[in-house]
Amino acid sequence: MVRIRQLLTALTLLLLAQLAQAELMVEVTQGVEAPTPVAVVPFGNETGSALAEDLARVVDQDLERSGFFATMARENMLSFPTKREDLYFRDWRVSNMDYVVIGRIESSPAGQLSVGFELYDVLREQRLLAEQVSATASSLRDAAHYIADRVFEQLTGLKGAFATKIVYVTAERLGDGKQRYRLQLADWDGARAQTILESSQPIMSPAWSMDGSKLAYVSFETGRPAIYVQYLASGKRERIQSFPGLNGAPAWSPDGNRLALVLSRDGNPEIYLLDLTTRQLQRLTQHYAIDTEPAWAPDGRSLIFTSDRGGQPQIYRLGLEDRTLERLTFDGNYNARGRLTQDGRFLAMVHRSRGGGNDFDIAVQDLKTGRLDIITRSGMAESPSIAPNGSVVIYATQEGTRGVLAASSLDGRVQFRMPVERGDVREPAWSPYLR
Amino acid sequence: MRVVNLSKAVALTATLVWAAGCSTTSTTTDAAGAAGAGGDTPASGVSTYGVSGGRIDATTVTAEDLKQLRRVFYFDFDKAVVHQEDLADLEAHARYLSQNPSAAVRLEGHADERGTREYNMALGERRARAVERLLVVNGAGDAQVESISFGEEKPAVLGHSPDAWSKNRRVELIYQSK
Repeated sequence: MVRIRQLLTALTLLLLAQLAQAELMVEVTQGVEAPTPVAVVPFGNETGSALAEDLARVVDQDLERSGFFATMARENMLSFPTKREDLYFRDWRVSNMDYVVIGRIESSPAGQLSVGFELYDVLREQRLLAEQVSATASSLRDAAHYIADRVFEQLTGLKGAFATKIVYVTAERLGDGKQRYRLQLADWDGARAQTILESSQPIMSPAWSMDGSKLAYVSFETGRPAIYVQYLASGKRERIQSFPGLNGAPAWSPDGNRLALVLSRDGNPEIYLLDLTTRQLQRLTQHYAIDTEPAWAPDGRSLIFTSDRGGQPQIYRLGLEDRTLERLTFDGNYNARGRLTQDGRFLAMVHRSRGGGNDFDIAVQDLKTGRLDIITRSGMAESPSIAPNGSVVIYATQEGTRGVLAASSLDGRVQFRMPVERGDVREPAWSPYLR
Repeated sequence: MRVVNLSKAVALTATLVWAAGCSTTSTTTDAAGAAGAGGDTPASGVSTYGVSGGRIDATTVTAEDLKQLRRVFYFDFDKAVVHQEDLADLEAHARYLSQNPSAAVRLEGHADERGTREYNMALGERRARAVERLLVVNGAGDAQVESISFGEEKPAVLGHSPDAWSKNRRVELIYQSK
């Protein structure tokens, strides 16, 4: 009897775990004014067996979810060509398509799959791309994201970031005051979500190493905050820092050798550099104000951070060689958690304007011209993280009483929401390009 | 050194409270002086305890006295200044700790959800340390107090209203042993 009950409990838990891992979805709530019409025709399957993924569907969704494209519904397609000789441009012209993507999947020797795809300009009747991609049955989705990246880059001139990942934290109330926190890893579009850490205590501040192989994060699992580094492939991890007081906001240097972090072991939140090889710790800030949220400039020569040394939280830049300190933000009475684009030109941050009441939004400042644009109308935005192509910012916000993820193009023209069925979702971190 | 800190803290608090034109018996305290955000308004029911300074003046703080003392202390938005009306209770906690060297407290600092998570961690830390400093200058031993911040991660009250926020900007004093 006891055993049956245990079994039932185990089953229930398993079921709950499944439900809790319900995937994020991406919905474009605002796209560009005149999205480019493109048709992604179902790919031909010449392998002789059923495939786990509908590749063309994934490519179609990636393009559509970028906000730059309007894709064609399959039921409206007049034909389903998979090769050049079956493609009649007239069919696509009458459907008002500017571009069409076709492809086919074949078996290749050694049990691999080979995906061939082509991109055509319908009006000019020109082939723009033709490539072969090799994949395995389990990496078909990666192949699809790669194809979407190629098509996106060809048509927009921007590098695609569909073959990247995000991590985020979920929190679920279990009743009797208990919570369950999870660190989740998923494709950029929320698919293939998996739990990489689960705890009854808060998990915070996940940060990717620049090679995409490791994450640093803060976990309260011992009852106190400590910084951990986890290897994604093996799941192995290491506790890096656990001084009394704060241990927070880890940020990897671009070369992966150092971690910037926040400690209060000397009595006040200050920014330190930890050399991961020698384990030597170097204190970078000396101020009675709060100094936190370090982020690296892409060249590794300076750090930006949040400080309230001027009376309110603002973002500063610290040169690591000459130790020069420069205040970067002046608009608004709360600017925090800055993140720089890979070219170092744009700064995304949490912003509250003067007279902005309780509204916290994501703003982007052009560091060259000083111009600041508020790109969201969320009111409760936080934790901005920039895609490696510098075109999209993902962030956390509130819908009703629940935490959800949302995203915006850097210029604010395209807006997405990423609803999930249950629980609170927060602290997204977009991966670098993955090899 | 510590005494200097205390007098600074008291002076600061007093100035703040004075500037905002409030009194310890008022439930609207410093709302009048709070600008803009609206988050500086304490929740109704937060500052209505009416601490009896007289009783706490007793030189010995007994376990029974301890039950009467507040354990949760509230703060203004983006501030880590202990409210004047909390000083008497905190001094009594400090006296209890100094009279009971085996007693220990954990000070858990929290922030409301507004603003960024790591900044709020730092803010929670500052609030806990502000309370810690007050306890230590009033006689508690360094080893008897531990400060820890949970930032905005563990709200006392769910919700996105000024009322919920004011209840979440707090330090909880938790006895680990008495």
